[in-house]
Amino acid sequence: MDYFLGLFLGGLTRGSIYALIALGYTMVYGIIELINFAHGEIYMIGAFTALIVISVLTLMGMNTIAILVIAGVIAVVYSSAYGYTLEKIAYKPLRAAPRLSALISAIGMSLFLQNYVLLAQTSDFLPFPNLVPDFEFMEPYAHIIGSAEIVILITTAIVMILLTILIKFTNIGKAMRAASQDKTMALLVGINVNRVISFTFVVGSATAAIGGVLIASHIGMINFYIGFIAGIKAFVAAVLGGIGSIPGAVLGGFVLGWTESFATGYISSDYEDVFAFLFLVLILIFRPQGILGRSDKHKA
Amino acid sequence: MEQVLKVQNLGMSFGGLRALDAVDLDVGSNEIVALIGPNGAGKTTFFNCITGIYTPTEGDVLISVKGKDKPKRINGLKPNKVTEEGLARTFQNIRLFPGMTVLENVMIGRHCRMRSGVVGAVLRGKSTIREERAAVEYSYGILEKIGLDPFVNEFAKNLPYGAQRRLEIARAMATEPFLLLLDEPAAGMNPNETKELDELIKRIRDEEGISILLIEHDMKLVMSLSDRIFVVDYGRKIAEGTPEEIRNNPAVINAYLGDEADA
Ligand SMILES: Nc1ncnc2c1ncn2[C@@H]1O[C@H](COP(=O)(O)OP(=O)(O)O)[C@@H](O)[C@H]1O
Ligand SMILES: [Mg+2]
Repeated sequence: MDYFLGLFLGGLTRGSIYALIALGYTMVYGIIELINFAHGEIYMIGAFTALIVISVLTLMGMNTIAILVIAGVIAVVYSSAYGYTLEKIAYKPLRAAPRLSALISAIGMSLFLQNYVLLAQTSDFLPFPNLVPDFEFMEPYAHIIGSAEIVILITTAIVMILLTILIKFTNIGKAMRAASQDKTMALLVGINVNRVISFTFVVGSATAAIGGVLIASHIGMINFYIGFIAGIKAFVAAVLGGIGSIPGAVLGGFVLGWTESFATGYISSDYEDVFAFLFLVLILIFRPQGILGRSDKHKA
Repeated sequence: MEQVLKVQNLGMSFGGLRALDAVDLDVGSNEIVALIGPNGAGKTTFFNCITGIYTPTEGDVLISVKGKDKPKRINGLKPNKVTEEGLARTFQNIRLFPGMTVLENVMIGRHCRMRSGVVGAVLRGKSTIREERAAVEYSYGILEKIGLDPFVNEFAKNLPYGAQRRLEIARAMATEPFLLLLDEPAAGMNPNETKELDELIKRIRDEEGISILLIEHDMKLVMSLSDRIFVVDYGRKIAEGTPEEIRNNPAVINAYLGDEADA
């Protein structure tokens, strides 16, 4: 039973990271119908930024929790700036162009950002310190779930609650929903749709950066390529859940996390990715709009 | 009478197709003006040119701004800027935000009149919260006036047809326009709903002081509502005048009969 519970919680942890990154894919798709292939790179840049900040602050001898929080905040700000700029220079000029152009631009930006970090930093894997201390109260459960996992789960839960409040109840959230349902009409009721799109990129990048810091500190290594793998996984999660749907991205993340975790635990760790993609293929065959996807989206 | 909208020599071409050609039109304050014409005459295109969806290829769209002598040119502005200037519209095909509630649909219209920006929305300061509360009250007030208050928390897509049409008007009114553009508001309505609409439009003009420019095919409604009527055919203005004058205008009769003979 403990083994099962361990796998379940492990899958949940993994899944919440996928969900954090998948949110960015799904929000951007919901509003401009673009698969932002460079989204994984934003997450990678978040992790690198955090590593640099952590290295500096550790030299200054700060408390580890404080370091983690400060590094997280700076990573969020930095990644958001990248996401904002990415949209402005690579997607906005192509808004009226055929959709394939923006997609190619996205793939280009993804390669550009990978190589930029490769040149500016290094191609080697860099160690990323685990900054979450082992909480004493967690000791009796240590064989099921670690302190780092608990931090990941709680952080993810907080981010998701905040995001739900933002989208459901605030003004800008209403504008985001309106723009994703009918952009022309949103313009006509006086919404500055360009600003809403920028805001969506900022929010998506911020959640990706949080995911980046959490997973980097969990796995303990980063390099310029981590964004690609995580990006693909999160993309699978977003499609599983139904791209464009925010609850779908979260659910898709969890489903993917559990699939990988149980496949690794009960079958073989060699098959982790095989199961993830097998699942994607099955969903696409039997429910192409994803688990919670809407197939009736109004097209302007 | 003071003019709130003056359109001069408006032209719009789509490639080789001349959808509008040298159209002049004006709307006075507190006036209800109708724009009529056979299908494909260019009426919706005219609205699209005025509201910034299309940039007209020729001509000017001028509005009078309170407290200023000189009219302001608005052609070329983005649709959201046109809305900020005080023009609001509805569509021939209903275009609500189907997945949002009735109240949310109207509150979206308040967006352009609210000051707190993105940062305020995220940090939720006192003034933001006060402003959002005021927006709820304002929107609720409009829904009461339009008689949609029983539906506030219903999803827009679940409303009966006539109520959806009125919700579009409510959303447009939430932007505080001085001019409301209605594109075939009675399309698909039964006679009862049409009669209610007739009263509603008059009330909006009389009680809110909003001028109205409407495209409509229901001639009974047009004749009952309009102070003046403009008639277009094949993108050109063929007549303008009071309902009485239009009823007896041979060019108009010909355009409509010719249209029927073609059909
Ligand atoms: N975006 C567009 N591209 C090409 N032609 C258009 C476009 N919009 C309208 N038209 C054409 O302009 C003409 C007038 O259309 P419209 O303004 O919708 O007429 P109405 O509203 O009077 O029925 C039609 O021939 C229509 O096909
Ligand atoms: Mg039309």
